[in-house]
Amino acid sequence: MAHPSHSGAVSETTSLKRSPLHEKHLELGARMVPFAGWEMPVQYKGIVDEHKAVRGHAGVFDISHMGQFLIEGRGAEAFLNRALTNNVSKLAPGQGQYTLLLNADGGVIDDLIVYRLSDREFFLVVNASKIDEDREQLKSLGFGDDVQFADISEQTGGIAVQGPRSRDVFKAVFGSDAGFPEHNTAFISVTADGVLYLCGTGYTGEEGFEFFAPASVIGDWFDKLVAAARDAGGMPCGLGARDTLRLEMGYPLNGNDLAPDKTPLQAGLGFFVDYEKGDFVGRDALLKQKEVGLPTKLTAFRMTGASPPPRPHYPVWGGDACLTEICSGCLSPTLGYGIGMAYLPVALSKPGNALEIEIRGKKYAAETVKKPFYRKPSN
Amino acid sequence: MSQVPDNLRYRESHEWIDPQTGAMGITDHAQHELTDVVYVELPKVGTQVKAGDQIAVVESVKAASDIYAPVSGEIVEANAALSSDSSLVNTEPFVQGWICKIKASDPAELNALMDAAAYRQHIA
Repeated sequence: MAHPSHSGAVSETTSLKRSPLHEKHLELGARMVPFAGWEMPVQYKGIVDEHKAVRGHAGVFDISHMGQFLIEGRGAEAFLNRALTNNVSKLAPGQGQYTLLLNADGGVIDDLIVYRLSDREFFLVVNASKIDEDREQLKSLGFGDDVQFADISEQTGGIAVQGPRSRDVFKAVFGSDAGFPEHNTAFISVTADGVLYLCGTGYTGEEGFEFFAPASVIGDWFDKLVAAARDAGGMPCGLGARDTLRLEMGYPLNGNDLAPDKTPLQAGLGFFVDYEKGDFVGRDALLKQKEVGLPTKLTAFRMTGASPPPRPHYPVWGGDACLTEICSGCLSPTLGYGIGMAYLPVALSKPGNALEIEIRGKKYAAETVKKPFYRKPSN
Repeated sequence: MSQVPDNLRYRESHEWIDPQTGAMGITDHAQHELTDVVYVELPKVGTQVKAGDQIAVVESVKAASDIYAPVSGEIVEANAALSSDSSLVNTEPFVQGWICKIKASDPAELNALMDAAAYRQHIA
């Protein structure tokens, strides 16, 4: 037995950053792997059990590797509207939105969530692998005297609670009178230990919240949230389940599905671009691409017969032509078949188009489908 | 503690083979390391293999792992039950979770594999 596609070599872990929850993960028997420069838990009990716990009950994820920026000042709103694709002027205090940081060519540097905390304070949650790049990009745009920037990633820990029982977990830990952060809203709570950020966001398609707190106190919160999740039939969950859960929803992962040479229009994220608000980095390139047409579009596909799980970088065929390679792919634990996403020519991206996925030299039948792959049963 | 049945022989890369029946699979230790097995690519019956050849692939949610022939010989049977339920590799790695049967062409190769005591040391 060998692990050709497994990146979890022990020797790689020496220079990796550790989460403030590292010891907790070891106590819980987690399997630790390198991810985005961090040593993070890929799983505790097992990816499939953890995935199902989130779909059915509640899961608790360490997201301490993610980055947090505070941007404040009289010029903060105008600055963010210039730096990001979405329109922060539409946010009332306590509201948040998904948005993108682009390069001048309209390519994606990062996807992130921005919350407005007050008329002149904003809280940004960015991808772990892009913290330095994001900071440099923002800096390069010039903060001026009216914008103060702080990167609080190092001293901040984070936990995501996801699943239909998330509200029960929240109440058990924060009290039944505490307000739950509804979708795309955030509260801050100023405590003796520092500032807590409670955000109604997630990456699984389930109801839930993300919680950021000073690294020094995050461990106690993790213990409480894990205990409450277990009471609700849930469990701690690793990055493995986080990846299969987000892919079932068709949510892109930066680095796999988003890249500096792909625009948000190609990634199907045009909804999060506001052209009316005035100029922003990448705007001209996006308008031009709209005019000439998209070369490719991030397209969802599913395997239609028995096949090994589709994985990133496997070749995608349309007839005799090798079209591209898979960006994200896995066996969907909920649906029981292989799912994935790839950038296909627009003409081939409509649902119902036949494809083949090459796996170890053999081709397996697939077809393009509409996102999301998974829809919650309505009852 | 991983199970290591006394009647089997073991390869360093965590495959087992039963010298009596020629059945082979991956060890309890290996299935635990791999975690949830979601797909097994079986070898073709009738294929001639050399010891150390890659003959099957066992896939978990996160990774695809090559499985090697413990001995040279012919693949005489593949475990079709794994096509409908690959999790047998996790739940019964030494019984229902066998991958294939190899008719060994050189009995000396079987003797060169680790016995249970040596394999226990190997994974300790």
